[in-house]
Amino acid sequence: MTKRIIGLLTVAAGSAILAAGVQAQETVRLNGAGATFPAPIYQKWLLEYHTLHPNVEVNYQPIGSGGGIRQFTDHTVDFGASDGPMTDAQIAAVNGDVFHFPTVLGSVVPTYNIPGVSAQLKFTGEVLAGIWLGQITKWNDSRITALNPGVSLPDQDIVVAHRSDGSGTTYIWTDYLSKVSPDWKQQVGMGTSVNWPVGLGGQGNPGVANIVKQTPGAIGYVELIYAIQNHIGYGLVRNSAGNYIEASLATTTNAAAGAVAHLDPNTDFRISITNPDGAQAYPIASFTWLLLPKQMTDATKARALLDFVWWALHAGQQYNEALAYAKLPEAVVRLEEAQLRKITVNGQPVLPRNYRGR
Amino acid sequence: MRGRLIRRLFGSLMTGATYGAAALAILPLAVILGMLLVKGAGSLDWNFFTKSAVPFGESGGGFANAIVGTLIIVGLACAVGVPIGVGIGVFLAEFGGGQLGLAIRFVADVLNGVPSIVIGIFAWTWLVKPMGHFSALAGGVALGMILVPILARTTEEMVRLVPNSLREAALALGYQRWRTSLQVVVRTAAAGILTGCLVAVARVAGETAPLLFTALGNQFFSTRLQGPMAALPLQVYVYALGPYDEWHRQAWAGALVLIMLVLVLSLVARTVVRAKRQHA
Amino acid sequence: MTDVPATALEPLAPKPTAEERWRALRTVSRGDLIYRSVLTVLALLLPLLVVLIAVELVSNAMPAVHKFGFGFLAHSTWDPVRGQFGALPLIFGTLYSSLVALVIAVPLALGCAIFLTEFAPRWLRTPVATLIELLAAVPSVIYGLWGIFVLIPLLRDHFWPVARHVLGELPIFSGVFYGPSVLAAGVILAVMVLPYITAVSREVLLAVPPSQREAGLALGATRWETVTTVILPYGRAGIIGAVILGLGRALGETMAVTMVIGNRHEVSASLLQPGYTIAAAIANEFSEAVSDMHLAALFMVGAVLFLITIIVNTLARVLVWRVARGSAVGSTAI
Repeated sequence: MTKRIIGLLTVAAGSAILAAGVQAQETVRLNGAGATFPAPIYQKWLLEYHTLHPNVEVNYQPIGSGGGIRQFTDHTVDFGASDGPMTDAQIAAVNGDVFHFPTVLGSVVPTYNIPGVSAQLKFTGEVLAGIWLGQITKWNDSRITALNPGVSLPDQDIVVAHRSDGSGTTYIWTDYLSKVSPDWKQQVGMGTSVNWPVGLGGQGNPGVANIVKQTPGAIGYVELIYAIQNHIGYGLVRNSAGNYIEASLATTTNAAAGAVAHLDPNTDFRISITNPDGAQAYPIASFTWLLLPKQMTDATKARALLDFVWWALHAGQQYNEALAYAKLPEAVVRLEEAQLRKITVNGQPVLPRNYRGR
Repeated sequence: MRGRLIRRLFGSLMTGATYGAAALAILPLAVILGMLLVKGAGSLDWNFFTKSAVPFGESGGGFANAIVGTLIIVGLACAVGVPIGVGIGVFLAEFGGGQLGLAIRFVADVLNGVPSIVIGIFAWTWLVKPMGHFSALAGGVALGMILVPILARTTEEMVRLVPNSLREAALALGYQRWRTSLQVVVRTAAAGILTGCLVAVARVAGETAPLLFTALGNQFFSTRLQGPMAALPLQVYVYALGPYDEWHRQAWAGALVLIMLVLVLSLVARTVVRAKRQHA
Repeated sequence: MTDVPATALEPLAPKPTAEERWRALRTVSRGDLIYRSVLTVLALLLPLLVVLIAVELVSNAMPAVHKFGFGFLAHSTWDPVRGQFGALPLIFGTLYSSLVALVIAVPLALGCAIFLTEFAPRWLRTPVATLIELLAAVPSVIYGLWGIFVLIPLLRDHFWPVARHVLGELPIFSGVFYGPSVLAAGVILAVMVLPYITAVSREVLLAVPPSQREAGLALGATRWETVTTVILPYGRAGIIGAVILGLGRALGETMAVTMVIGNRHEVSASLLQPGYTIAAAIANEFSEAVSDMHLAALFMVGAVLFLITIIVNTLARVLVWRVARGSAVGSTAI
């Protein structure tokens, strides 16, 4: 009996070692981890890229923006991804060895479930802040009805939903609320995790979407695609120009356009685009970033990674809209090309001078 | 007379109650399996088992990378965890009467209460960070670390149940203590030990959190132990929390496959043990 | 009687003297030494692992310890933006949800174990036992999804509207019931720990000698009375061991709990209110925590959970020692 067990274990170990040894020699494997918000489009990109270049496997796993920053800092991944840019302290922790590359634009919408109400409600930043602060507690509160004169809102409690896990979506949402409500900024502030005054916590976008779907009178915030895919209603938000805007790909790109107009050619791309200028700009939108080291050590991997990122910023953008992510404005892509050329391996730039992509 | 009648009625009532308990225990399983079958069985096709992920929008993708990944990682976990866990269990049952046994038993119970995510973080610090990359090996070791305390306690319970008369008989026949322990006591307890193993492995096969920081996950098919690898619970988790119905369907299918894997493993192992018992 | 020749009875080897016999009994064979040493080394790996984990948790928690001290355990504010962390709701939620889980699971599991060993028809025993063990195989995530789609609507829309007439006055059932709650978490945890308690209890009950059972029946007890007065007490210690195993699982469960408990940093006596557990908080916030103080606070609650597990286990040991002094079957948790 013991002998048989030992024999089995040896065979198992041997097979395992063999399996490990049998690997394609030319395959370049890259690993990245981080933000969950862009995970669908990143997965689409890396799989499409793999069919174009079968010897390159870019593996990306959505473990969270903070996780992405941490793994990047600890050099356990080749690149990171985050819905919020790294802070100065975090950049100092890697001795400045990081470039931020915006990849797509996304937006966050207020989604609700009010029995008997199918109209698209209008919100302002102050009203949203009031709801999430617990100051506005009923749907027929005068502050909401004033914005929606034609709609008959019931005398029902508002059940607030928010994220329980730390998230880039929360970061974008609280960034916006901090800009439009001094009360919010003072009491709560912004971050991937905050001290929510009221509400139920759901895990992930689906968690919040489910709370909203299943609880009459609930309101939550989710990324646009979750609202669309889950067929739950979402409201219009008033932007800084005073217009009530529905989140869409066009209005999201407009949000970036306003911020992009002021971009310094040497920008590090760590910019917030919530509550921007622009008549048709949606106010709760954001970039999401890839984090790449400025100096890399493995030439093959470096070239493969930069080829991929270049492709993502150009040909890859054609896949954005089908997955409800907005494309990057041309001006931003041009500046990112310049930043890509600055990445070096062993002192030499990775990309050749007249690089046009693969 | 009346007293006896009441006692018998009460007895029958409680007997019925135990039937009810068993039914109530199985009910969630039935509902969950039903849910998985209804929502996931439709997505189980040949592609699901043989292909890995394809770009969203295309059809024909599957969970092959995750299925193979789970088999490899759980296999690693067993290779690490089963010998150590069962060994500790035998130690506790055979030599665990004194202070050391008390301490080890206590420690095992404490470890059973550590959230799996803490084990994952621990494995990250000791395996992933020094190695500089995520790996299936780290994932297997992390799961093995969860297996060990469970197995130690269940094995101990099972071995302890072997009557002392059996031990004494073997010793009287001239067997040395170690042979008594291995060939008589442990062999008698084998079925029970196996039960403990199956329950523990089943649990570990479904763990997500420890793998998040060790094996990481992989869109691509891989059998490399020193790189990131996909696993069923990880993939189910990512797909379940995604926005697309297509992903949700695959997540349900993946969970169904996981439970089926465990069921098959359980049945095979039990049959083997029963066959051995008949030969013994 | 036939005469047996004396020569047939002489031993082949010279009879050992008393001295030799005594020495033979005292000698430990080399095989025994190796066996015991190997097992001991294996066993020592466990305390090593625990010490390493404890060191990891505590050393990473030091920034939070320095800043908050033990007030950490008494405050309720959890504010990552301002760097204020208080773990009271987490500790409370962990203990409360595990208690609810055990209250539900232990009677059920014992009922199942008794069913499987005493009352079930033979052909039914293995299938039912296998099914119950299969409960352990369901991934946490699936339990969470089941909780969201099945359990919570069931509790909120079917159970509570009926039960509130009976239970609504009790303080532990106060407040508006939205669904995500400590109750939902307790029920899910109960389902998750059931297979462990049942599997071990079943083996313990199986090991009770038939003579005990027969003795009870012979004295006039009904089958059920035999179970409660003879068999269960005989296997007391083993059953408590099984319950402790289940409790460990309940304390550390993350995914399923976080999907149904509402994730609210608040202490409330009511089962219908949302709550939070330490494991769920770590799982939710660890990946995204950006500030070092936030991370340190999470490590600190992890260390607190470690401590809670130690305390609970110590209490359980004391309990077993008092209760199981007469019982013979199963673990001596003593």
